[in-house]
Amino acid sequence: MAKLDSKIPAGPLQDKWTNHKFNMKLVNPANKRKYDIIIVGSGLAGASAAASLGELGYKVKVFTYHDSPRRAHSIAAQGGINAAKNYQNDGDSVYRLFYDTIKGGDFRAREANVYRLAEVSNSIIDQCVAQGVPFAREYGGMLDNRSFGGAQVSRTFYARGQTGQQLLLGAYSALMRQVHLGNVELFNRREMIDLVTIDGQAKGIVVRNMISGEIEKYSAHAVVLATGGYANVFFLSTNAMNCNTTAIWRAHKKGAFFANPSFTQIHPTCLPIHGEGQSKLTLMSESLRNDGRIWVSKFKKDMREPNDIPEEERDYYLERKYPSFGNLSPRDISSRSAKEVVDEGRGVKGGEAVYLDFKDAINRLGKHVIEERYGNLFEIYETITGENPYTVPMKIYPAPHYTMGGLWVDYNLMSTIPGLFVLGEANFSDHGANRLGASALMQGLADGYFVAPYTIGDYLASAKPKQESLEHPAFELVKKENEDLIAKLLSIKGKQTVDDIHKKLGRIMWNKVGMGRNEKGLQEAIIEIAALRAEFWKDVNVVGSDKDINQCLERAGRLIDYLELGELMARDALERNESCGGHFREEYQTPEGEALRNDEDYDYVSAWEYKNLGSWELNKEPLIYENVKLATRSYK
Amino acid sequence: MTDIKINLLVKVWRQPSTNSVGSFVDYKVSVSPDSSFLEMLDEINNDLEMKNLEPIAFESDCREGICGTCGLVINGQPHGPIPKIATCQLHMRNFKDGDTVWVEPFRAKAFQVMKDLIVERSGLDKIIAAGGYISVNTGSIPDANAMPISKDVSSLAMDAAACIGCGACVAACKNASAMLFVSAKVSQLALLPQGQPERTRRVQNMVKVMDELGFGSCSNTYACEAECPKGISVKNIARLNREFILAHMKSDNIEA
Repeated sequence: MAKLDSKIPAGPLQDKWTNHKFNMKLVNPANKRKYDIIIVGSGLAGASAAASLGELGYKVKVFTYHDSPRRAHSIAAQGGINAAKNYQNDGDSVYRLFYDTIKGGDFRAREANVYRLAEVSNSIIDQCVAQGVPFAREYGGMLDNRSFGGAQVSRTFYARGQTGQQLLLGAYSALMRQVHLGNVELFNRREMIDLVTIDGQAKGIVVRNMISGEIEKYSAHAVVLATGGYANVFFLSTNAMNCNTTAIWRAHKKGAFFANPSFTQIHPTCLPIHGEGQSKLTLMSESLRNDGRIWVSKFKKDMREPNDIPEEERDYYLERKYPSFGNLSPRDISSRSAKEVVDEGRGVKGGEAVYLDFKDAINRLGKHVIEERYGNLFEIYETITGENPYTVPMKIYPAPHYTMGGLWVDYNLMSTIPGLFVLGEANFSDHGANRLGASALMQGLADGYFVAPYTIGDYLASAKPKQESLEHPAFELVKKENEDLIAKLLSIKGKQTVDDIHKKLGRIMWNKVGMGRNEKGLQEAIIEIAALRAEFWKDVNVVGSDKDINQCLERAGRLIDYLELGELMARDALERNESCGGHFREEYQTPEGEALRNDEDYDYVSAWEYKNLGSWELNKEPLIYENVKLATRSYK
Repeated sequence: MTDIKINLLVKVWRQPSTNSVGSFVDYKVSVSPDSSFLEMLDEINNDLEMKNLEPIAFESDCREGICGTCGLVINGQPHGPIPKIATCQLHMRNFKDGDTVWVEPFRAKAFQVMKDLIVERSGLDKIIAAGGYISVNTGSIPDANAMPISKDVSSLAMDAAACIGCGACVAACKNASAMLFVSAKVSQLALLPQGQPERTRRVQNMVKVMDELGFGSCSNTYACEAECPKGISVKNIARLNREFILAHMKSDNIEA
């Protein structure tokens, strides 16, 4: 087993980052332009890192598979971004934000990383305002805040329901300014398909030019992956269509450890599936649960219209099971309870949905109040479903939303491959086993604006990596391997489409590696995924040519990696004999159905080392809590 | 959730590459009214792949109307017949059984067709690179609340900032003008106090690049506002014009 060095600086929690910044080596301003840095991904983490590193004077190359860096999926985040400004004078502090995040993550994250995140959160808000991000304001001209799940203070900054969009456009504009100044070179419509390592160090990447089909090589002193999460392993998730695991997975196969792959967040209030043709799932704001009541029929396969089901034949199951929190029970509890009643056959007309009903709230408060609070969301719902939620109860169902797991990184956000840095959702570092609302944006920007620019400089100054020529045989070899892989894909000419197989994988993942997991199901999943992988290589049909725009080939390439990652997720979930945060093992629960953690045996990060296809070695990084007392999360 | 399907004849623009000749190809489809328009295209594509035929190339990503990736001209209208939504938010229940539906790419001189329904819109990025930002480096910045900004100003700036950069305004305009897009960014930053130092340079630089890239002029037809999925107002174009004239009057014309 490898020794994992988290490189957490010594000293008191509050001083670690300050001391570390002082102790890090600096690159002389005149020398910065001699260093090439590759950044893959242009979301919050990638764009902010690229802009900041460009401003410092490094030569940066940014790669995105989109036509424009502004399309990255950070753009879809709605709710807001947390910061410990304490503008509301309600008792917030860096320490409180730190504590809430650690607790929300069910005590499976590193103290030092999370503290730093809380510490730099305030600078993020300053930075975004300086860029012209139009955050919501009060009449006095000061910034407005609202509260969010998992916190008792109002610390969330927001820009209507489009906070992610506005923050991303801020980072994007900073990035485009650096493009204009010539510090950053932008490579759009390029998909990273492999990492090039030489003597165990990250030296560059290989990408597919999505227009010409050409496999291109790029070399640098350091490589940064900011490529987001992997919830699309479930086929249906709230992630965008193109979100994928390929960049981090192929880096994993080159030696980067993958941490806590099974930690996935299932969001309780998404729109249900309408049929086989469903392509993705849409999130509805959780705030709806403040006034909506969640229920299903007491009878199995009740085919009546919801308004024909009398009051006494409805089961308000959250209110019944969790009387103190009721419809506002935490995300994981609400999601699992919905699955339970659906598994019993009591979902909407026997299907996969439950009702979210505003009838009582409308009767109590009047339609105008509900319209004022949720009018916009009701409109979105009606656009998508064609039903009017003022008169017919909404239908909702949980959906995969965010992946806390990702590539293992040390305190400097460097993976187990020297020179390979991983930022944002792509790494595992800050959210433990569950992420709180409005914290994803915070982490992406913290990593990109305020952490990586320092730690990458330290790596360049102390490790003094040298840049390899593109003629180095390692580059040629990786390029050749990937050309062969693509040729192989195109030659199979089987009977199933890429999406057919992806949907099959999604069903295995959702049923056995989803909200509730158990030993038997996970063991079956491991076998079924391996079998599906074999089926893919025998029976998939990838249409078209490799010398052209070929979206079928793009999807097939990504599915190869999901078919491997899915197995690791199942293995990780099987190994962790406890329930924590988004990881719920049915064998490990309290009599009330709450997650039962096992701090004695499982208070570690699972960092998986790739050996061969279907074979991994588990490395453990113990989590040491010096400041926080481990406690049971309570929702009573 | 209904089991009844609607049958449509979908005529889709197919064009193998930028320099090849394109044409409409007919597809018969039977689809759930609950499907989105793009899911209907997904179904056609899945069928084509089953028959070992090349699927229709089209772009989309978030499918929630915010990323700006998708953009099709449906029955002659960018983003289809329903106002204030992106293509991905259009659902099949807005069509009737037996309808014929025409699907084309966004067409403009500055938007080259790459393949089928995919166009190149990186001109919009080039306009932003010319000045669509506030020149502030990371760090060394005042506290966010050091400068009060009135709620009304902030709200107007947000109205303009809501632009998703899809290019429907360009596709809708008979001159293929990008004025609504450019004016949205110019307005956002001209309204805010943070944007004042670069106010005159910004508008001149952005307009200059817009013209260089082959986007047309504005002749006030307001087609852009009518087709904008985010309802960006043409008042922003008026503000852009004022900003542009003001910048010239101040005579600190930029050279480069």
